[in-house]
Amino acid sequence: MDLQKLITRPEKGAKAAKAADALEVVGKSVQRVDGLEKIKGAARYTDDLEFGPGLLYAALVESPHAHARIKAIDTARAEKVHGVVKVVTGRNFKHKFGLYMNDRYIFANDVVRFVGEQVAAVVATDPKIALRAAALVKVDYEELPAVMDAVKGLEKGSPLVHPDLKDYTHVPWFFPKPGTNIAHWRKIRKGDLAKGFRDADLVLEDTYTVPRYAHCAIEPHSAIGLYDASGRLTMWTSSQSPFTQRHVFAETLKAFGLSHKDVRVISTYIGGGFGGKAGVTMEIIAAALAIAVPGRPVKLLWNRAQEFYNTYQRLGVTAKIKMGATKAGKITALDFKLYWDSGAYVEYGANVVNAAGLSASGPYRVDNISVDSMCTYTNLPPCGAYRGFGYSEFLFGLESHITRMAEQLGLDPVEFRKKNAIKEGETLPYGAHMNPTGIREAIERVEKEIKWGVKEKSKDPKKAFGKSLVCFWKAPAMPPNASSSAFLKFNEDGSVNILVSGMDMGQGLLTVMAQIAGEVLALPVSKIRVETPDTDRNPYEWQTVGSHVTWGCGNAVKRAALEARERIFDLVQRVHCLDKSTLYLQDECVKCRTKPDFSLPFRDFVINGIQAEDHTFKGGPIMGSGVFMPEFTSAISDPETGQGGHPNVHYTTGAAGVILEVDKETGKMRIKKVALAVDCGKAINPDLVKGQIVGGLLQGFATVLYEDMRYSEKGRLLNPNFSDYKIPTSMDMPDEVVPIIIEVAQPDGPFGARGVGEHTMIPCAPLIANAVADAVGVRVKSMPVTKEKVALAVKAAGK
Amino acid sequence: MKAHRINFTLNGEKVSLEVEPNDVLLDTLRGRLGIKSPKVGCDRGDCGTCTVLMNGRTVRSCLALAVEADGADLVTLEGAGTRKWTKRLQAKFHEKNAFQCGFCAPGVILSATELLEKNPKASQHDIKEAIAGNLCRCTGYEPIVEAIAETAKGK
Repeated sequence: MDLQKLITRPEKGAKAAKAADALEVVGKSVQRVDGLEKIKGAARYTDDLEFGPGLLYAALVESPHAHARIKAIDTARAEKVHGVVKVVTGRNFKHKFGLYMNDRYIFANDVVRFVGEQVAAVVATDPKIALRAAALVKVDYEELPAVMDAVKGLEKGSPLVHPDLKDYTHVPWFFPKPGTNIAHWRKIRKGDLAKGFRDADLVLEDTYTVPRYAHCAIEPHSAIGLYDASGRLTMWTSSQSPFTQRHVFAETLKAFGLSHKDVRVISTYIGGGFGGKAGVTMEIIAAALAIAVPGRPVKLLWNRAQEFYNTYQRLGVTAKIKMGATKAGKITALDFKLYWDSGAYVEYGANVVNAAGLSASGPYRVDNISVDSMCTYTNLPPCGAYRGFGYSEFLFGLESHITRMAEQLGLDPVEFRKKNAIKEGETLPYGAHMNPTGIREAIERVEKEIKWGVKEKSKDPKKAFGKSLVCFWKAPAMPPNASSSAFLKFNEDGSVNILVSGMDMGQGLLTVMAQIAGEVLALPVSKIRVETPDTDRNPYEWQTVGSHVTWGCGNAVKRAALEARERIFDLVQRVHCLDKSTLYLQDECVKCRTKPDFSLPFRDFVINGIQAEDHTFKGGPIMGSGVFMPEFTSAISDPETGQGGHPNVHYTTGAAGVILEVDKETGKMRIKKVALAVDCGKAINPDLVKGQIVGGLLQGFATVLYEDMRYSEKGRLLNPNFSDYKIPTSMDMPDEVVPIIIEVAQPDGPFGARGVGEHTMIPCAPLIANAVADAVGVRVKSMPVTKEKVALAVKAAGK
Repeated sequence: MKAHRINFTLNGEKVSLEVEPNDVLLDTLRGRLGIKSPKVGCDRGDCGTCTVLMNGRTVRSCLALAVEADGADLVTLEGAGTRKWTKRLQAKFHEKNAFQCGFCAPGVILSATELLEKNPKASQHDIKEAIAGNLCRCTGYEPIVEAIAETAKGK
């Protein structure tokens, strides 16, 4: 398929389109710079690295209880096993840690709060010995009443997961309620809600539920730590967040005399992240174990079950929505309550709750709005970042509700959406203003693609077709001062190495960074190498999360390239006496507008300088550095209204539509066609954007059609493997996927780009729920919308 | 437990090794022979990222014991690049940016190699079926299936 044909640049972007046509490297679907390594089997992931015969292996002792007091730990028998080097417990590590809130210990101290929580670890010369010895550690527990449900956890008299909540340190934009299970309560109050409901011709109220989900990156987490005799800690981790990890390791293990300069985190390729490898989870265990066995590398490798129950999970949510709208189709009021099952520790997950609370209006203008997004502790595994960061969860209810509102008002659901879709400059729920957006164009393109309004009838009387169209948006969730930086250096042959600490987890960051630098420096991507992070060598990046690195890290790389270009121009001006303003770069050479025969190839001077007439050399290695921090954001606002800050940098918006076939007897669903249009500002590499659309859609469809995490009453995860937690195979692909790229430039983005990674899975759940309703007239309000639920609902409705 | 000596060819070279009866082939390849393209993904045959070719057929090396390799001809992605179909598949996968994180790639490429070696005229359905045991969480499979189909058609 010709991707260029899929790109839409709306009218207002016509000037930008003309500029886009002049681009040489950006906007082209070049091959991935990491493509060959991965296809030849040469790419190294963390578990592939060799550490020699001295490598030690760790195995964990895990809690069998959801909530219990640790009365005693007896490690004596484990310590006697031949080959065991060390047994470590919470006694050795007393400091709490966390990304946004310090509510976790490296090993449980006194209390365990979920089934599978690490209580102790055995370090041994062989993984089998470590496992065997871990089974010999005896832990005496006194079981405590547990919180298994977020809504029940809010009831008076509920057991408390963290009775000491008042003592926990956290970022200033969190509002925990000590004495309850509420770790954070994000409130938004704007306009006059009561008046909004009075002005409405229809007020609809309902509840939607979303269970927990697992990332299921095919590569499990792994971490190797080495604390050497000089007191330096080196960690090799499979991570989206090497610098954040370095910071957390250094802060948490400060008592051992570590400073940031002594901690080095090296992250090679990672086999999928999806938010699951953001922040710090199991890696801090490996860091602690390295400290416990100085001088020897120690490896911690998660098995698939641990991958499910002891990394972050996606939060579950119960969403209560009350919405009002007029007959003319204007949304007049929204009262949205989100009760999040956030798990035993919310050091990262509370920010999911925060982000969702800020943006729960969806991409619509709602003047009278109240949002209560509550982060509730439960005795289930900790939750955190997962592609979509809360937006998939609230959008299921919101977009289901919007379709129902339109239908009950007798309005077309797509027209209803168009009428309320947010426009550039309009006020957001927290008072800031909306960035340029192509949401309207996205709706129109998708509408056309799925032939909205044309009813399709199945030839098979047992089957029915349904259509739906939903909108989505998402902003990167990040602290206001999250920054990116880049180094760029030329080599003798005019090629370039770029150092960044953004992570390529498959999305194509390295390629996109090469394209951005290549565009500025008139270099093809084949002359640029971009490497994965090493905190000693590569400059700072906050984390590769929130779909912000194309934008943030891209801006840093662009600045580094511009700085290098400036140095080139300065040098050429100085030696060749050509006015800087007449110089430009083309085909790996410096050229001059006023002197057409002047052409100086990079390879002739970028390392060894330019020889002047007196035979001396001027210049030296050409380098550049670039830093980017969004200097217009602020997370501080009124805790009671959420007004006053500027917590989000921008929103990426879009729309998706589906044609779904439903078997009325079995409930089996088949996606005949799906179209997704996303406004990425500028597709630096359209093929990679398409990759995000196609991949994100299937991941999203799986969450609505069959995935979900099932727990026993005692909080044990019942399906921690790929046999019982089904993720899609090649047999589950939609019949047809149409990716559509909208380009309404982001003014502060590199070449107009904004993020696109997470957005593509966000619309999937309401897309299916609404299409099912359209096809067979039943409304499923709890995810997943399985064929079983659909079949039973059809039967119950007597349809 | 009594160690067994096993002899096999690995990527065209002869290997002779002593293994325990319960040693898993995947661990032996990765831990003792430095063969890193087959990955550890689930340790129970669900994900397919440990796929290797044993006598021309794909095997989940996490479910095979090392002793089962005795006398066999083993090929991993490290040594598959000389096979006609592997080479063509690799070129097409590269051209089409078919993979993202790449963790499933070694397994997918070997499964596709087995398919095309047996059935160069594989249909779209054959292709989907052939790689159904190789889980990919990134791509939505579409670019992978397209690349295999185009390779089969000699595009």
